[in-house]
Amino acid sequence: MIILNQSKLNPSNIQPSEITPREVFDNRRYFLKAAGFGLAAGSALLFSTKVRAAAAVSGGVTEGAGRLIGRANGPVVAEKMAFKAGTRQKISGYTKTAYGEGEKLSKYEDITTYNNYYEFGTGKADPAVQATLFRPRPWTISIEGAVKKAKTISIEDLLKLAPLEERIYRMRCVEGWSMVIPWVGLPLASFVKWAEPTGNAKYVEFISANDSLSMPGVRSPVLDWPYTEGLRMDEATNPLTLLAVGLYGEYLPNQNGAPVRLVMPWKYGFKGGKAIVKIRFVEKMPLTTWVKAGPSEYGFYANVNPNVDHPRWTQSSEKPIGGGLFGGRIKTKMFNGYSEQVAQMYAGLDLTKNF
Amino acid sequence: MAIKKQHIVFIKAAIWLLALLPLARLVWLGTHDDLSANPVEFVERSTGTWTLVFLLITLSMTPIRLLTGIVWQVQLRRMLGLWMFFYVCLHISTYVWLDYSFLWADIVKDIIKHPYVIVGFSAFLLTIPLAATSNSYMIKRLKTNWKKLHQLVYVIAILAILHFWWLVKKDVTEPFYYAAVLFVLLGIRLYYRYLHTKPAIKMRPTNAEMQTHQAK
Ligand code: HEM
Repeated sequence: MIILNQSKLNPSNIQPSEITPREVFDNRRYFLKAAGFGLAAGSALLFSTKVRAAAAVSGGVTEGAGRLIGRANGPVVAEKMAFKAGTRQKISGYTKTAYGEGEKLSKYEDITTYNNYYEFGTGKADPAVQATLFRPRPWTISIEGAVKKAKTISIEDLLKLAPLEERIYRMRCVEGWSMVIPWVGLPLASFVKWAEPTGNAKYVEFISANDSLSMPGVRSPVLDWPYTEGLRMDEATNPLTLLAVGLYGEYLPNQNGAPVRLVMPWKYGFKGGKAIVKIRFVEKMPLTTWVKAGPSEYGFYANVNPNVDHPRWTQSSEKPIGGGLFGGRIKTKMFNGYSEQVAQMYAGLDLTKNF
Repeated sequence: MAIKKQHIVFIKAAIWLLALLPLARLVWLGTHDDLSANPVEFVERSTGTWTLVFLLITLSMTPIRLLTGIVWQVQLRRMLGLWMFFYVCLHISTYVWLDYSFLWADIVKDIIKHPYVIVGFSAFLLTIPLAATSNSYMIKRLKTNWKKLHQLVYVIAILAILHFWWLVKKDVTEPFYYAAVLFVLLGIRLYYRYLHTKPAIKMRPTNAEMQTHQAK
């Protein structure tokens, strides 16, 4: 990454995939050394999953390099890379809030290596390794549809729309696991206000990046790209709804949806579109990606609901990440425990049908 | 290809050690806090995968014989099948203990409500009689019924693939590969059966296998 960004080469002539970043080059030596161990390297693959994780956290490596490391006798190489190419960047000037005070946070390592982000592969460990070519800067979001005036906003300006806050939210995945994540972001409501939707805006549609060059997952048709999510206007302006730009006080790692993603803690995680490039205000309920993929399994609302089971997963309980092998499950709460803030929006709606 | 009895003993010992490797790996990763962010899922998937792998290896002994005429590996079939049973026991223990902490009401609900779990559970139930009769005493006692009973392995294999297919959220690549292997293995048997019109599939223990039992 560092090399790619600082390079004086004209980026339009050279595909990022053609350049060998210095890390990769340097580490070929290490790789060869590692390969020399032969059996040792083989057993490293068999007996450690951390190599992948470490390679992942390091950032700034190409997909190929990530794989290389994953397969080599990792720790030495991976640590070195984590040190050299660390792209973790602190966010200055955000305020702490009372949201989620007292909750036990999931570990940074877990939050950043266990991701559902199919644009970077369908395995949970894939995004951390495969998202390293992705560039979250420069970035603009276009605003379209039922607004006074269609416009765009750069990520830098977005960061100034409202004061950044840290909010600790529980995240419940439709697959039956959960985390507690300290997000940094701004209320989507302030963004909506700035966007000036017209009276025709009943829903908001969020469209994610779909760049086949830096997002290897979109080259395969597992989902109908680009990833599209949506909210009703009242959901979008609910004070809980967050446009997240960071976690743990740092800008979002690529695998967590950099540079900007949605977080609605009372909904299943897949509602939170990542790497948002377009926000469209519309009159009709948008057809979202997972609804398209399996209308009997995924609904538009996707509110966390322990009483409505998914055909694949039990929703009445969940497995908190970080509990280890013997941590067991906990009961899932209605609206993931955020009923007080959101239940009134769904009064009169049959949640069994509108799942 | 003739192979001596002591070679078979050696090969069986080697399989023993190799077959324990997946478990050793899990123990190693577990004691080094290296089972990913979701260790229960990791163990559940690993043991499930190895159950299926042993099942497919078991099912490939006869096709190898049909294709190559080499017969000695057929003696390994029963042992490989028992290793599959070993891993499915670990798999379901992970589910009942680590995943569901023995909450029987939740387990029953999960099994009956979710097609992929029903199918996996049925496959597991069917493996019990096979494992229970995988000894020379039962082979002798059941005679031709043994062969019939052990044809259940095909049903188990198909249920196992369905289990895998239905549990993945969207990306069926991995279950597809396993399904393709099963398809080829069953295809070879059917082709040979068709060639000989009369049933050519030998489910009964081979003579060599019987001899090893008697020697014990
Ligand atoms: C012959 C029997 C069985 C076979 C061959 C088998 C095989 C598998 C395979 C291949 C996987 C997926 C591994 C992966 O994702 O890489 C799996 C996962 C799983 N199996 Fe089984 N299984 C069997 C029986 C059972 C039984 C009896 C249960 C429970 C009652 C069960 C519950 C599960 C669960 C909960 C998962 C993990 C789902 C997830 O978290 O993704 N399986 N199994």
